[in-house]
Amino acid sequence: MNTEAQLSHAARSGATLSPSPHDFLGIDSLLSEEELLLRSTVRRYVEERILPHVADWYEQGTLPAREIASDLGRLGLLGMQLSGFGCADSSATAYGLACLELEAGDSGVRSFMSVQGALAMFPIWAYGSDEQRERWLAQMATGEAIGCFALTEPDSGSDPASMRTTARRDGSDWLLNGTKLWITNGSVADVAVVWAQSEDGVRGFLVPAGTPGFAASDIPRKLSLRASVTSELSLVNVRLPADAALPGVAGMRGPLSCLTEARFGIAFGAVGAARTCYETALQYSGERNQFGGPISRFQLTQQKLVEMMIGVQRGMLLALHLAKLKDAGRISPAQVSFGKLDNVRMALEAARSARSVLGANGITLDYPIMRHMNNLETVITYEGTHEIHTLVLGQALTKQSAFG
Amino acid sequence: MRQRHTHAQRRSSVARRDLPFRVAIRGRRQHNQGVKIAVCVKQIPDPANPGRLDADGKTLARDEKLILDESDSYGVEMALQLAEAAGGEVVLVSMSPTGEVGGIRTALAMGADAAVIISDDALAGSDALGTAKVLAAALRRTQPDLILTATESTDGYTGTVPAQIAELLSLPSVTFAKSVEVGSDGLLVRRQAEYGYDEVACPLPAVVSVTAGVVEPRYPSFRGIMAAKSKPTEMLTLAGLGLEPSEVGWTGARQRIIDVSPVPERGGGEICEDDGTGHERIVALLEELKVL
Repeated sequence: MNTEAQLSHAARSGATLSPSPHDFLGIDSLLSEEELLLRSTVRRYVEERILPHVADWYEQGTLPAREIASDLGRLGLLGMQLSGFGCADSSATAYGLACLELEAGDSGVRSFMSVQGALAMFPIWAYGSDEQRERWLAQMATGEAIGCFALTEPDSGSDPASMRTTARRDGSDWLLNGTKLWITNGSVADVAVVWAQSEDGVRGFLVPAGTPGFAASDIPRKLSLRASVTSELSLVNVRLPADAALPGVAGMRGPLSCLTEARFGIAFGAVGAARTCYETALQYSGERNQFGGPISRFQLTQQKLVEMMIGVQRGMLLALHLAKLKDAGRISPAQVSFGKLDNVRMALEAARSARSVLGANGITLDYPIMRHMNNLETVITYEGTHEIHTLVLGQALTKQSAFG
Repeated sequence: MRQRHTHAQRRSSVARRDLPFRVAIRGRRQHNQGVKIAVCVKQIPDPANPGRLDADGKTLARDEKLILDESDSYGVEMALQLAEAAGGEVVLVSMSPTGEVGGIRTALAMGADAAVIISDDALAGSDALGTAKVLAAALRRTQPDLILTATESTDGYTGTVPAQIAELLSLPSVTFAKSVEVGSDGLLVRRQAEYGYDEVACPLPAVVSVTAGVVEPRYPSFRGIMAAKSKPTEMLTLAGLGLEPSEVGWTGARQRIIDVSPVPERGGGEICEDDGTGHERIVALLEELKVL
């Protein structure tokens, strides 16, 4: 694992004749001192607290969610891009770098942060009442309370508007009925942001854990994102007071705006997963001897390493550019789709290529490669599938919708 | 005077000597000002990188980005915990010949309140005593109730600076602390020893070196990182401290570096073929190493 100083050295010597394998284009020079310190802090956290355990978590299919929540809360990463309520009002670049370093550890840990900050805290912050914000945001920022985001259903994935979960008025109360599936943090959440069809279109509801009729069960037998809690939520005549609804939004714009927030983080996060795969392959190929020398001397291996390195560097430039657009308030959802689509695709290719460099060792949990590769099979599907993002871009180019 | 013990907790004390500044912690706390803790910190080249020598081949090159010496992070953490418990402030004191502040920012991001940095071209080449003189002069201005240091730096490893600072300031020196309690009448330090620990009572101010690993240094929070840049950072020169260039740096150093040579390469080790008795050789080897 390279260090801050090496990276910085690379940044300074970017103009010399020997670029660093860890920052070939000297991209670190684009980052501020604070951003570099944030990055090295989160990287150190991942190296010290996540990497020693993540293979075991993965094998056992668990994540110590409470512990991670409180760690990330202390680091100030939960809802860091929001303002007020103990949130740090960070730049998009800083938020992205935190996602990148967490996902360099494991996509499950980054997913935790994305769901908490972008999918659960963001809608409460953006569309919630003052009471809702007061009740939840500060304790979600510290990790004391965990949130989840319930949009997807068994029969409603890429087409969320087809959801069957309903919210009916019953006097001044709401009655919620339906099933939500593939809900990250579902069974560990203290509050679920549940999206349901109402007479005013799709509305968001804050459902505290333990509300009668509301139950969560974990999805067993996953082969991807195993160090992550994924649940099914069931809502049977869940009675909520009138003020459980998010007052600030109605229609699909609500959940889709949250997803745009989360996808932005994935554009960075995927670069982290790819970087780990590339660096693992680079190191391994220099140490693995076959035919009387390191396999890094073979042309085929070098080609794989070079393609991985180019992918990581290009993905980083793309992510940083999107962050600039976001900070300037000029980013469109289709541009975020570009970032999610291209960087996750790049990361998955890097993982597969790195796996081949590591040979049989690549399939074990002794190395991070197969874990990342399996995780990325989820990442390329969730938060808008690769196909849907392709069609979003197609629509942006042609002004014709190929879906819906 | 100190006493050694393994289980029983007996107190001993370091006699109060003639102190150049006497700040009774009891008085401070009565006035609700809390305790002022200075932590001496050093910025070093990242030990994860292969070190390089300066052009003269005698000293470690420090022209790259420097980081907070990890061994200092324990003193910073301990100071933050003490200041949080008793109220008060934590001030970093550091000598930075090149003016680099990146590593000090890390400690500020952890939560330290302010930093005093001594930067001067004449500091290059300072030996341990020269460093102690500079830090002592800065500490004299800062007037802390308690001075914490690491036991030694990770790049220099002399381990003499803490005691030198104490001597220069005529303060009690307690080394290798594993825990520090600030009471109303001074300090209670558990001092790590091979046989267990010493419990040392000591008046304030005092210089205490903190053993690495005795507390878990916190990670800087994002808010801490953003706040670090705007925390008070005083940059001082030698003249500002009333020190002569001749007292420090190459000219003031009483240590001469004669030669620096690389550590001899390690041999290939012993390879023994297992003919069924391999385990005996392993046991014998472990016994030779005195680990069994």
